Amino acid sequence: MTEVAERSKILEGLNTRFSSLNNSSDFHAIRQKAFDFINEKGLPHPKNEEYKFTNVTRILEKQFDISKKSGHAVGKSDVDALVFEGLDVIKLVFINGEFSLELSDIEETKGLKISSIGKAIESNDPQFLALFGEATKNNNDEFAALNTALVEDGSFITVADNSIIEKPIALFFINDATNDKNYTNSRNLISIGKNSQVDFLELFSTKGNNDSFTNIVTEILVDENAHGNYYKIQNNNDNASHIGTTQIHQKRSSVFSTYTFTLNGGTVRNNLNIAVDGEGCESHMYGLYVVNGKTHVDNHTAADHIRPHSMSNELYKGILEDNARGVFNGKVYVRQAAQKTNAFQSNKNILLSDTSTVNTKPQLEIWADDVKCSHGCTTGQLDEDALFYLRARGLSKTSARAMLLYAFAIEVIESVKLEPLKNYLEHIISERLHKDF
Amino acid sequence: MSKDNQILEEFTSKEYEHGWSIDIESDQAPKGLTEDTVRFISAKKEEPEWLLKWRLDAFKKWQSMKEPKWPNVSYPAVDYQDIIYYSAPKKKQQLDSLDDVDPELRETFKKLGISLEEQKRLTGVAVDAVIDSVSVATTFKDKLGELGVIFCSFSEAVKEHPELVKKYLGSVVPTGDNYFAALNSAVFSDGSFCYIPKGVRCPMELSTYFRINAANTGQFERTLIIADDASYVSYLEGCTAPQRDENQLHAAVVEIYAAKDAEVKYSTVQNWYPGDKNGKGGIYNFVTKRGICAGDNSKISWTQVETGSAVTWKYPSCILKGDNSTGEFYSVAVTNNYQQADTGTKMIHIGKNTKSRIVSKGVSAGHSQNSYRGQVHVMKRASGARNFSQCDSLLMGDQCGAHTFPYIDIENSTAQVEHEATTSKIGEDQIFYCTQRGIDEESAVALIVNGYCKEVLNQLPMEFAVEAQKLLALTLEGSVG
Repeated sequence: MTEVAERSKILEGLNTRFSSLNNSSDFHAIRQKAFDFINEKGLPHPKNEEYKFTNVTRILEKQFDISKKSGHAVGKSDVDALVFEGLDVIKLVFINGEFSLELSDIEETKGLKISSIGKAIESNDPQFLALFGEATKNNNDEFAALNTALVEDGSFITVADNSIIEKPIALFFINDATNDKNYTNSRNLISIGKNSQVDFLELFSTKGNNDSFTNIVTEILVDENAHGNYYKIQNNNDNASHIGTTQIHQKRSSVFSTYTFTLNGGTVRNNLNIAVDGEGCESHMYGLYVVNGKTHVDNHTAADHIRPHSMSNELYKGILEDNARGVFNGKVYVRQAAQKTNAFQSNKNILLSDTSTVNTKPQLEIWADDVKCSHGCTTGQLDEDALFYLRARGLSKTSARAMLLYAFAIEVIESVKLEPLKNYLEHIISERLHKDF
Repeated sequence: MSKDNQILEEFTSKEYEHGWSIDIESDQAPKGLTEDTVRFISAKKEEPEWLLKWRLDAFKKWQSMKEPKWPNVSYPAVDYQDIIYYSAPKKKQQLDSLDDVDPELRETFKKLGISLEEQKRLTGVAVDAVIDSVSVATTFKDKLGELGVIFCSFSEAVKEHPELVKKYLGSVVPTGDNYFAALNSAVFSDGSFCYIPKGVRCPMELSTYFRINAANTGQFERTLIIADDASYVSYLEGCTAPQRDENQLHAAVVEIYAAKDAEVKYSTVQNWYPGDKNGKGGIYNFVTKRGICAGDNSKISWTQVETGSAVTWKYPSCILKGDNSTGEFYSVAVTNNYQQADTGTKMIHIGKNTKSRIVSKGVSAGHSQNSYRGQVHVMKRASGARNFSQCDSLLMGDQCGAHTFPYIDIENSTAQVEHEATTSKIGEDQIFYCTQRGIDEESAVALIVNGYCKEVLNQLPMEFAVEAQKLLALTLEGSVG
């Protein structure tokens, strides 16, 4: 099948599925706009600078049929398997993109309103309609548009002003590709009120060995003086493709941190965009990818400083083995009005094999003069001297290597504020480093 | 801050000091570019058949190509049919001594502060002066001839050393490499040719001064430098251009070939007319510069000081093919008013234990946009490759922009690649430190900026550093905080 045919197949599927959607709701106009956009623009071509190193043909050639939703057989045990020790959370479960009330565990919490996007669309929820697309209005990503055109379900979460939500909210996305290939369209809309505080987790996993493709968009609106943490943990199987966009909009004096952990997958593309649209904001972006096999991980991040006196800090680290490929593109925009901005960015990679590849592009675009911005990136291997030091003290080659790699990775893990998650990651990473690497 | 603004105002309103033009009767091609233009140039230069064929091949490729749009610059579309592709001063008989040089030309050099005889006497630099595409004077030729060094104009090389030209022309930058390289290959008028034989260490800096003179003339220079086994050469190129309101296109190609154990040092000071303070006029500088370290242990070093041009777009690159070869890139790019610069380098590591080093310093003021765009590519085979890149930007004034686009592509696990970049303005504490010690603010800024660029300026050969500092001083003196 030629590349053109693959692309048109997706668009055909989109047409079929789109026309089957309920077009009587007020929301449909939003979908229509995205639908027109994607029909006009098509899917990103390898010559597209944004997708230069992640050829989406890799995903499209698997010929997903996006014209319909596929069935599933996911039970409580599948969800329980994903819950790691000590994780006490408000649980929302999505199977193949659809909200599952019976598998979820939603606790009544003051100041917290959780509903499904499906319901919000059906009831023409005015708050939902007002907030939807607020954060993504400047997003021109083709896959995000594809997602918007097909929005049917997902989570719609609002945190009222002056509320502290003690328990983290965990969103479990389980793809069931046991019987057939599957395409999943997921969407989240989160709004955090003034002076509020909340933590989120997004956990992804796949069931079954057929090809699966998740296209997810999460919008997060952070109001004045709000604090939040957002954790994304990707541990899919080798046949899973994932394209995700996380769009965050921060207002004055808000503090928001994102953490992206990629442990496995087929093709993974994460777009993380933060609009720092207020004074005195703080944004942190942390990422860690520890991958082998043929996994392709692409992290595209953008911090857009719109207003003065804010800071952003970014740290992404990667360990790559076998034929794995890591792509990093970090953009920092400092607009003319955003004087006194401090922005830091760092990407560090370790290559463990000659067949693994890193393409990194830390990018600064600055229009304001009174700023401090820096970026750095390194790619290398383990320090021979350090290895020798450990081996001279009786450690086996494997453990010496594992120890050094662990030390490399721990810098990111240590920044995790959620204790059970930190322990879980520490455990899983150290096990991986001893075994696979 | 008001003092700052005043200084800034002074700086930005400074008119280009080297702006003047001298009328030398031109012998020029009719406007426009067709196959006939290519034939006209080739015939005019009395070129052999193979070169004409080569040009026509390039022209065909150019016709099928589109002007690239990816750089971070914007400029009104160039009408390629509205350019005169060939113009030469009429008096072009071979000259034996400096006294035969057109007095008007010599005046030109005097205005620039570089008189040929002065240079000849004091610094021992052989100058191959190029005014509007035809070499007029070549000095120290005999001295170089004794060593077997060939340093002459390109057209002379085609006549006298066709075997060398044929072998190396287009070997580093093929005709179809990019839009502007193809254009240059089709219509290049002249340039410099340099060959250093085996084991020869060129005793003097080779230098060429380029100038754009007649109005409406695109300047298409071609430079080819070949350093044979274990040879060494330091090559200097510098340019200033008269003030013109109409944009002038410059699309040069520089090719460097370094054989086993050879070392080539290429330095540029570029001070073409950048347009007036409203962004009107100025030169478009779209240049392809590339060197190949073909042999083991060879080294190519690029040093550039960019202060001119309305739009600069160039990436002096190194292909590190030989094992243990080294590539270096040192750059200072200063932009002011409405100047735009998108410049950087490419380091392609192919051989084992190859090393590269990139130091790029950008200074932007006024409404200018200054971008660094670079690539470090370590191929699979290039084990033990090492790269260090540093690109810093200084911003002066709140209307300018500084951008960094580094691409780092690593395919080998033994590679060590580091990249760091910073963007900031001159610290108030730094200025305070100086003023407190009795240095006035203006000098303090100059001091800090000079210190900031020093790492690059230090790479320039002595003779050139003088002019480079002069140019930087012109741009930076009385600049700003």
